[in-house]
Amino acid sequence: MTTTYGVLSEGLEKHYGDVHALRGLDLAVAEGTVCGVLGPNGAGKTTAVRVLTTLTAPDGGSARVAGHDVVREAGAVRAAIGVTGQNASVDGELSGRQNLRLFAKLLRFRGEAARARADELLERFELTEAADRPARTYSGGMRRRLDLAASLLTRPRVLFLDEPTAGLDPHSRNQIWAAVRELADRGTTVLLTTQYLEEADQLADDIVLIDQGRVAHRGTPTELKARIGSYAEVVVPHESALVPAAGVLDQLTGTEPVLDHERRTVGAVATDTTLTLPRIVRELDAAGVPVIDASLRPPTLDEVFLRLTDRGDGRTSPPLKETAA
Amino acid sequence: MSSTALTHEQTVTPATSAPIADALAMLGRHLQRIKAAPGVMILTQTMPITMLLFFGYVFGSALAMPGQEYRAFLVPGLLAATAANGIMVGMFQASQDCHRGVMDRLRTLPMSRAAVPFGQTAADLLTTAIGMIPLILVGLAVGWRIEGGPLAALGAFGLLLLLRFATSWLGCWLGLLIRNEEIAGQLGSATFILPLLSSAYIPTDNLPGWLRTVAEWNPISAMASATRELFGNASPAADAAWPVAHPVAGTLAWSVVLLAVFVPLSVRRHARGGE
Ligand SMILES: Nc1ncnc2c1ncn2[C@@H]1O[C@H](COP(=O)(O)OP(=O)(O)O)[C@@H](O)[C@H]1O
Ligand SMILES: [Mg+2]
Repeated sequence: MTTTYGVLSEGLEKHYGDVHALRGLDLAVAEGTVCGVLGPNGAGKTTAVRVLTTLTAPDGGSARVAGHDVVREAGAVRAAIGVTGQNASVDGELSGRQNLRLFAKLLRFRGEAARARADELLERFELTEAADRPARTYSGGMRRRLDLAASLLTRPRVLFLDEPTAGLDPHSRNQIWAAVRELADRGTTVLLTTQYLEEADQLADDIVLIDQGRVAHRGTPTELKARIGSYAEVVVPHESALVPAAGVLDQLTGTEPVLDHERRTVGAVATDTTLTLPRIVRELDAAGVPVIDASLRPPTLDEVFLRLTDRGDGRTSPPLKETAA
Repeated sequence: MSSTALTHEQTVTPATSAPIADALAMLGRHLQRIKAAPGVMILTQTMPITMLLFFGYVFGSALAMPGQEYRAFLVPGLLAATAANGIMVGMFQASQDCHRGVMDRLRTLPMSRAAVPFGQTAADLLTTAIGMIPLILVGLAVGWRIEGGPLAALGAFGLLLLLRFATSWLGCWLGLLIRNEEIAGQLGSATFILPLLSSAYIPTDNLPGWLRTVAEWNPISAMASATRELFGNASPAADAAWPVAHPVAGTLAWSVVLLAVFVPLSVRRHARGGE
């Protein structure tokens, strides 16, 4: 059996003047899977999406989307994709309904079908009540939902979502997550970019970590979490408890704890995925260490990057020092 | 909430492009925008009327021409300035659509790319045709008359709309270049100077030599003279530069040149997304 790819890129390059936005980006998203492209601000996520959706021609390398070359067969690519960009780009003067009908007409729906399809999607994304107001009066989350609805008028083979939930309220975020899951279940290939590890973890079959225009790491969310572990942090009531607490964490995690005297916290990376918060608290208690707060949380994106990438300062996998809580 | 709404049986849109249907859809979008927010359109349409009353009665009394005669001179000039205003309107609309990401969004669709600027300029043409009516009515009320034949008058309207269409493409191209609605807005306000450097508001015969040359090569002067000739208000000055001495041919030439240059440039620029 051969794998077919919804998105396949090799050595994509893109320069903006002196800025090297993509430096040989390789992506392979198997048909029907969800790929989370995770990266900090400026990593090249939007540029990658723009190249793959035919908005921008690459300076080097090649890419195929739904089997078509993004440069030579751009028209066929456009006919096969749905795109929701980083900034919702519906027409603010038109109402939600007018926007969807316009897009439906441009996608060759006939009059009655355009109206029916628009109404169906307004309902699905809970926009029926606001359907006849100008879209500029919508909240950020409503605009984003409208934008996503416009991408789903037809059934795209590959859907691109550039930071679909950045800055959104939890309700809108959950709606967008639910839509992505449902589409994935029905076989749509999805490439979404995000700055949130949690979002990639929730939605993606595979995560590609990109940094400075190239892939820094790729794997399933489980593999990624196993490699980067989680972060245990304990807050003690007075400074004299810091060292005993560090001793316990050292034993539990096997990594060197980091002490913060000012905030009276001790933290350590835990790569053992079976470690639980109750166990940490029990061990601390058994050792007679007073604790006022304890947490075991996934690392932040910054911490992931510190551990998995060489950020040019020579530290490939440094201890997680001085990370803001 | 229906769970089947997300996916639709229509997977892939036909690859055959339908430029006319797409352009009509885009035209519809611009008309809906005007309907939703008519303020800007009303403002641009009332501007020349305000100027007609202000210049016509305030300056008219100070100029060598008697007031009544100056107002009859001014109406065709204001119509010509309206024809040139496509630059400002086209530039602002295209810039705004780039700025707000609408252009890029449309560029991801399997639609005709030429349809986007065509839809915009066609909508502008339509609204201008309607928008000129109040100015004409006020013009008639303050003493301007259509003194040529009905065919010539139709020719004048046709020529005004042709130049408007051409300047609207020039504006569209500028907007696709600027891609920033604030800058486009400021540059657009600066275009008020263009009719001041033409025969739209004042006769150019008494201008100093070099300024007269500049003014006579300004397409608005050819347009103003053509309008005055076709409406039977004044004959063209024989000693003027060619486009003003032969204003109908001159305006046609200006329009054709602008269209020949800026239609392909705008279409290509939109297709490439400003790169
Ligand atoms: N149109 C552009 N002109 C100049 N530089 C750009 C442009 N678009 C992106 N860049 C630069 O390219 C790099 C990658 O940007 P981007 O793809 O937007 O990253 P991300 O989406 O991951 O935040 C950044 O350094 C950004 O400043
Ligand atoms: Mg981005």
